[in-house]
Amino acid sequence: MSAPRGTPRDASAPLHERLLEQVLLGCGLLSIAITIAILAVMVGESAGFFAEVSLAQFLFDDTWTPLFAERHFGIWPLVAGTFLTAAIAIAVALPFGLLAAIYLGEFAPPRVRAVLKPTLELLAGVPTIVYGFFALLVLTPQLQRWLPSLAGFNALSPGIVMGMMIVPMITSLSEDAIRAVPDDLREGAYALGAGKLATVFGVVLPTALSGIAASLVLAVSRAVGETMIVAIAAGQQPRLTLDPQVPVETMTAYIVQVALGDVPTGGLEYATIFVIGGALFTFTFAANLVSRRLARRQYRSVAT
Amino acid sequence: MVAAPDPAKLSVRALSAWYGDKRVLSRVSLELMPREITAIIGPSGCGKSTLVRCLNRMHELVRGARHEGEVRLDGEDIYAADSDPVWVRRRIGLVFQKPNPFPTMSIRDNVLAGLRLTGSLPRERADAVVERALVQAALWDEVHDRLQEPGIRLSGGQQQRLCIARALAVEPEVLLLDEPCSALDPIATTRIEDLLTTLRERYTIVIVTHNMQQAARVSQKTAFLLQGELIEFNVTDRLFTQPADKRTEDYITGKFG
Ligand SMILES: Nc1ncnc2c1ncn2[C@@H]1O[C@H](COP(=O)(O)OP(=O)(O)OP(=O)(O)O)[C@@H](O)[C@H]1O
Ligand SMILES: [Mg+2]
Repeated sequence: MSAPRGTPRDASAPLHERLLEQVLLGCGLLSIAITIAILAVMVGESAGFFAEVSLAQFLFDDTWTPLFAERHFGIWPLVAGTFLTAAIAIAVALPFGLLAAIYLGEFAPPRVRAVLKPTLELLAGVPTIVYGFFALLVLTPQLQRWLPSLAGFNALSPGIVMGMMIVPMITSLSEDAIRAVPDDLREGAYALGAGKLATVFGVVLPTALSGIAASLVLAVSRAVGETMIVAIAAGQQPRLTLDPQVPVETMTAYIVQVALGDVPTGGLEYATIFVIGGALFTFTFAANLVSRRLARRQYRSVAT
Repeated sequence: MVAAPDPAKLSVRALSAWYGDKRVLSRVSLELMPREITAIIGPSGCGKSTLVRCLNRMHELVRGARHEGEVRLDGEDIYAADSDPVWVRRRIGLVFQKPNPFPTMSIRDNVLAGLRLTGSLPRERADAVVERALVQAALWDEVHDRLQEPGIRLSGGQQQRLCIARALAVEPEVLLLDEPCSALDPIATTRIEDLLTTLRERYTIVIVTHNMQQAARVSQKTAFLLQGELIEFNVTDRLFTQPADKRTEDYITGKFG
């Protein structure tokens, strides 16, 4: 066994242990360095972009057409496409994910849980391209039978599929939060004459609320950053709309479009993907921070 | 013909309890009288908590736990097929060894939790319930001006009294306390003992304790448990001055345990 974390380096440790420690340290530092390098490139390219395009245009123009002859650089169409698909995904994933978490955490017999939870987590391993094709080739045609005005590319279908993809994540994290609620509290409620439902909804869920909120924020972050599904099934038309039936383009899908297209490197068009990437990075980074704070708050509050 | 009413509030007959295959109570029989405090003493692991938990059907919440024997509340078997555990627990309150106020609730909401969770709180009575329970639990003076603060902000002794107030707010008939003072300093302990003495007028009380002086101070009857067996059950003064069993004598004189 190696020394526990945080203990001072033991000079008498065998050479291979010290070597291994150095290698691990190097790996850790390398990944931090890579992140910083990515950030630096994004900041650098964005600076070039904003030297030519004003921040005001970026924030107040309502059109995004950097690849057209008449170029506009208003970010809102991409933001709208991103949050529209993400909102649909969350609307699907939150009720299912949370109910599944409540079932697994509070009602499922241990043997059922032992089978269901790993199975659900396996779903998280399905490559997103599979989900994307499912949205485009299966779900959209099905939905069109009920909703004739639905375009071939739209926000609805990938939103729903993305929601299905996110369910395991919400379930798994929310269930962890529910299980982190100490049994003392459940027993306290039972001892007062509360039934099972009252105990779960009146005591357990409120106590797990910050942890559940943390899972939700992380799920939003995941939906916003999701690329393949929306790139395949939502279309590539930046459009400032909240109509889920028409083609839209998300921030991630735009990056794919430009990165795979024949836009010359170094130009303004090329710089846009770093600007959009930077905005995405900032959002997901902030969301992850918020999520961690929320999760920590729960563990603090129950550690009496 | 109707049988003569049993004078005992709670009567336990040949109660045995198991966790899985492990038997931790063996045919315990006890009568708990109204307006009396009964102390349960015995070395760690002898089954005191298990006994108390069997008295209000908390034992069955533990996976793999089971029991045999009878527990009658006012003559009615609380384990009868048509007896509702939720109803039993409303009539027989339990305060745990470790204070467990609900962390998301204010002091006030903690007191009201039992009534709210059981959907039996008339809105206009809430303030009166809070005040009465906190006064009874000798906590009112310390918290009446900060009822909206979280219950977990209180000190350990205050939290324990809050849990007692929470149990009293649902107006049980029997109050079970599992080592309510084990984490408290002498002053908080004294307050809780005084409190029990006043509560005795209205409730049938059972207190588990490791503290022999405490048992002698507050209780009228004392039961001595050893390895799941009831060794001796008698009037407290009697049990402490003239124990009938050698093992009781050894325990109270500190020869073991
Ligand atoms: N949930 C459980 N699962 C399995 N065994 C248990 C469980 N709870 C208690 N036991 C066992 O049952 C026996 C009696 O435990 P109990 O908690 O009733 O003792 P106690 O007299 O209250 O002890 P203490 O004074 O330490 O609180 C012990 O041997 C304990 O290990
Ligand atoms: Mg105990």
